[in-house]
This record gives sequence, structure tokens and C-alpha cells, in this order.
Amino acid sequence: MSIKRNTIIAIIFFLVGIYACKKEIDAPFVGFLQPANFPAPVYHFSTNNVTQAGFELGRKLFYDPILSHNNTISCGSCHIQTSAFVHPGHSVSHGIYDRLGKRNSPPIMNLAWSTSFMWDGGIFDLDLQPLAPIANHVEMDDTIGNVLAKLYKTTTYPALFQKAFGTPEITGTRFLKAMAQFMAMCVSSHSKYDSVMRSEGAAFTATEKAGYTLFQQKCAGCHKEPLFTDYSFRNNGLPVSGLNDEGRYLVTLDSADRYKFKVPSLRNIFYTEPYMHDGRFFDLDGVLEFYNSGVRNTPNLDPLLQQNGRLGISLSADDKTKLLAFLKTLSDRSFLLDKRFSEQ
Amino acid sequence: MKRIFLLIITASLFFVSCKKDSTTSFNSSVKAELSVEFDNVAGSQDLQLNTGKYKTANGDSITSITKLKYFVSNFSFTNVNGTVYTVPQDSSYHLVVEGDSSTYEPSFDIPEGEYKSVTFVLGVDSVRNTLDASKRTGDLDVTGAAADMYWTWNSGYIFYKLEGTSPQVPSMGGMGGNSFYYHIGLFGGKTTPTINNIKTITLDLTARGAPKVKAGKETNIHLMVDVLKMFSGANTVSIAAHPMVMTDAYSANIAANFTSGMFRHDHTEN
Repeated sequence: MSIKRNTIIAIIFFLVGIYACKKEIDAPFVGFLQPANFPAPVYHFSTNNVTQAGFELGRKLFYDPILSHNNTISCGSCHIQTSAFVHPGHSVSHGIYDRLGKRNSPPIMNLAWSTSFMWDGGIFDLDLQPLAPIANHVEMDDTIGNVLAKLYKTTTYPALFQKAFGTPEITGTRFLKAMAQFMAMCVSSHSKYDSVMRSEGAAFTATEKAGYTLFQQKCAGCHKEPLFTDYSFRNNGLPVSGLNDEGRYLVTLDSADRYKFKVPSLRNIFYTEPYMHDGRFFDLDGVLEFYNSGVRNTPNLDPLLQQNGRLGISLSADDKTKLLAFLKTLSDRSFLLDKRFSEQ
Repeated sequence: MKRIFLLIITASLFFVSCKKDSTTSFNSSVKAELSVEFDNVAGSQDLQLNTGKYKTANGDSITSITKLKYFVSNFSFTNVNGTVYTVPQDSSYHLVVEGDSSTYEPSFDIPEGEYKSVTFVLGVDSVRNTLDASKRTGDLDVTGAAADMYWTWNSGYIFYKLEGTSPQVPSMGGMGGNSFYYHIGLFGGKTTPTINNIKTITLDLTARGAPKVKAGKETNIHLMVDVLKMFSGANTVSIAAHPMVMTDAYSANIAANFTSGMFRHDHTEN
């Protein structure tokens, strides 16, 4: 009797398993969707229509170390999904041969809304972004020509390019478009904050609500909702390190841009440590205390950080608790675990 | 008397034929080939990659030139009658690579006629610098021909690249030895204005022989491009003070030299 019962249970589990698998296989591919509480994206989907084959090719390339000179470093090496695609625990990432860069690897999240890329905004089109880490001496240290030649020699990629673009030809444009499709699809919009804003049932606790009010008063001037950045470049008063990284100035050569860096999004901020362009703070307590007491009057310090004769933003211990509670509502675990964005 | 008469007739015929040749035989609705040759030289010598030794106006020694590449684009030709023919954008971008003779002579199909000047851009205009990746084909392909003429970290083409060696290069802590690097670009910025080093060059063609473009033959304008003029003209460049100029405010000083006689029309092969 009990054996029979176990067999029935096993059969039921088996059938459920098949059903679940089937469901996954049958789930139709959904392309780019604009969340209801987000503005229209800035990425030019009109010149790069997202398709399932294109997206999947982009994903495969993203996780393939063939993109680096000695086939050891993939994009995913320094952009780890469970940390919103940053490199946690590393102030600056180590690339090929463990060479160190000078900046913290930024998250790959909601890039379809980004008006520029990199901490200094030197790249203005998502399509062109992958060229930089491939060529960078401390990241992948290869040439795009060599990468394309390597892909051509594989047994798998020509067929994948054919599936995505109609013919097996591996061109630079197709490579860039596929990668952009994957990156543009990485949308994080299912945090508690989003659920509250879209009236999907969630509600802020009293502390979160108080934190939100504080956020609007003290932080929203730069970290504009709903993407939590205004995409501007600002000097937030970090003491200049020995590296003397001049940030945006290196791109514009305008002395008014010296020490300015792009305002980062605060979405998933509990997962994107370490913080700042050089990853100098390993936790958010350090970041909040920096704004409270650490801001220095360096050249081009942002006007919002020097108001009423005070440097920085005054934050009491109570303020910080409330702010952190609010910032936690920007976590989107579904994004961090979304299988569509994982290495297959 | 009879002989004089014959002579006059002959002379008249000659004038008529001359007149016909220079004004009436061109059909501006027919296109013919005109090539523009970029002949790289160093002062009064032919440029020799890797082996040639030269001296700049500042007195600096160049012990080798290892790389010379530049973009020429946006060609237009002005007819002696004043009409300007602009080459269509899609066939107006050329990368000249010293050492690769297939790149020296871009050619164009332009209306028949006699031309008094040529205008082109040294560099790549801001429109092409910000174009969708799929439209950057041929010499503009940032994943192909233009891969080492493009700043990946600061989106934009490098217009002019000259590399070589000089004993005047200060030792940089063992980095680069005595190599100099001039990578001149910057198109003015997409959203934030930056330096604009795009240079438009117009050369008179009448003094050294105006090209007469006509179907059935190929006409060639031969230009001399003196790389040493990069070091003088509007600004005298010291290799010791500026051994490496890339995304750098000083690049504007070098770009100013591009329009100070670096390009000149040597002759025309009609």
C-alpha cells in the first residue's frame, strides 16, 4: 500500500515536473517592455529590434571569455548578475592577468535609459560600449578584429549568427547589436518601490515612508526618480586620491568637469557594493557618513553639496536608519535571479 | 599672298578647335573618373616607413616613422564656372594608410568639366561620428578598417595618427622608450561640447594644372602631404615637450598645423 502510494506520488511529481519544464519551454519570448512607471527609453530600438535569437546570442557573448585575449575573462567576470552586474568586494576590478583598473565596474541595469556609459560618460551609444573593455589593456586586452576572427572559427557561433541575423556571417555590427540587445533587456523594475509606485498592492512601512520623504528632500536632486539618477556628471566632494582621476574632464577637456563622475543609480544599491567611482566605500553606512561629514571642498564641488555654508548633507543617526530602510525598497531580487539574464 | 591666306585659315581653325576643346566638349550630365592621390612626404624627401630619418622645424630628430594613417572625407570639387560638385556621403570617406598603396588614391565619379579647386575634410565629421554602428561601413567600420582609428573609451574617430621614434622623447619611466604618439581626433562632442579638430582643406588647382575631367579617361590630382608640417606652421611642436598627444587640449595646436600648408597640389595628370 505504502509502496503504491509512493509510486503515485512519484508519478505525480514526475508529471508536475514535465508540466513545469513544458511551461518554461513554451513561455513565449517577450522583447523589451517599458515599465509603466518608467519614462520612454533612450536606446534606439528602431535600429536594433530585439529578437529572441539576437538576445540569446548577446547573452552567450556576454558570458564567453573568448572575448578576451587569452580567453579567460568574460563580461560576466566583472559584471555578476546576483550583484546587479557589478563586481562585489572589488574596489576596482581585476581583468586579464589580474591587471587592475582604476574604476569600479558599474552595474548593467536599465541601460536602455542611460544617455551615456562609463563613469566619465565617454561612450554615448550602448552599441559601442563593448568595444571599450575588449580593447582595454587591463580588461580584455584584445582587438575586436581578433575577437570576430575567433568567433568565426568556432563551430557554434556562425549558426547562432545565422539564427539571429539570417546568414552565418559574423560582422562587427551584428556582434555589437546582439550584445546591445542583451544589455538593453536587463531591466530592473520590480522592487518594492516600483510596486508601491504602480499601486500593485505593496505599501511602505512608516520607517520606509519617512526615509522616502528624507530621500526626496536630501538626495533626489541628483538621484532622480524613477531611475534614481539624472545622468548628470557631478563632483560629490570625495577627497582626491593619489591616482588623481579627473573623471569627466578626461573626456571633455573642460576644466569645469574636473573630478566629476556620473551620478549612479541607487536601484539595487544593497547589492552593488563597493561604492563610488573607485569603490572606496564598502558599505552604505560609510557612504551616508561621507555625505554627512566627509565632503571636501575640491574643485567643482557640486552646489547641492555646499548649501547654507555647510559642506555635505546633514544626516542624523535616525535619518540614516530611515534612509537605509527606504533604499532597501529599491532592491529587486527578481532581477538578480532572473534566469533570462544568467549564464545558460 | 596665297600662303598668308592659308596660314590665316589654319590659325583660325586652330583657335576654333582650341575654343571647342576648352569650353564645349564637356558634358556636365556625364560623369567621369577623377582620382586624388595622397603622396606622403617628409620635407623634400619621400616618406620611408621605419627607415627614413628626418628633422622637424624645431630641430628635433625623427629616427623613424612607424605609423601614419589619416582620414580624408567630404570631398567637393569646384568647376571653373563656379559650380560645386559634392561627392555623395556614402563614398566620401577614405583612410589613407602609409605602406598600403591601395589606400593612396581614392577616386570619384564627378561631372565632366575643368575644376579649379578641391575641398576635403581631414577627419570625420560629427554626423558620421555619431551615426548608428550599422551605417559605419568600409573605412568607417569601427570593428574593422577603423578599429585602430577609434577611441573606444571616448567614442570618436582618430583623424590622424603618426607614430615613430625620436631621441628627443624624454624617458617615461621605461614606458614606450623613445617613441612618440600623435593621435589627433575630437569632433566637438555629441552632447557636451569638446575641442573640434575637424579641419577643412581647400586647395587651388589652377596654378599647377587644372584637372579636365572627361569620360573615357582617368584624371589624377597629385597632392603632396608633408608630415613634417605637422610639427610647424601655426604652432611649432617640440617632441621633447609633447611626445604623446591624444585626447589632450594640446591636440588643437597640432590640428591647426594641418591647414598650414601640410597639403599642397603638386601636379595634375590629365
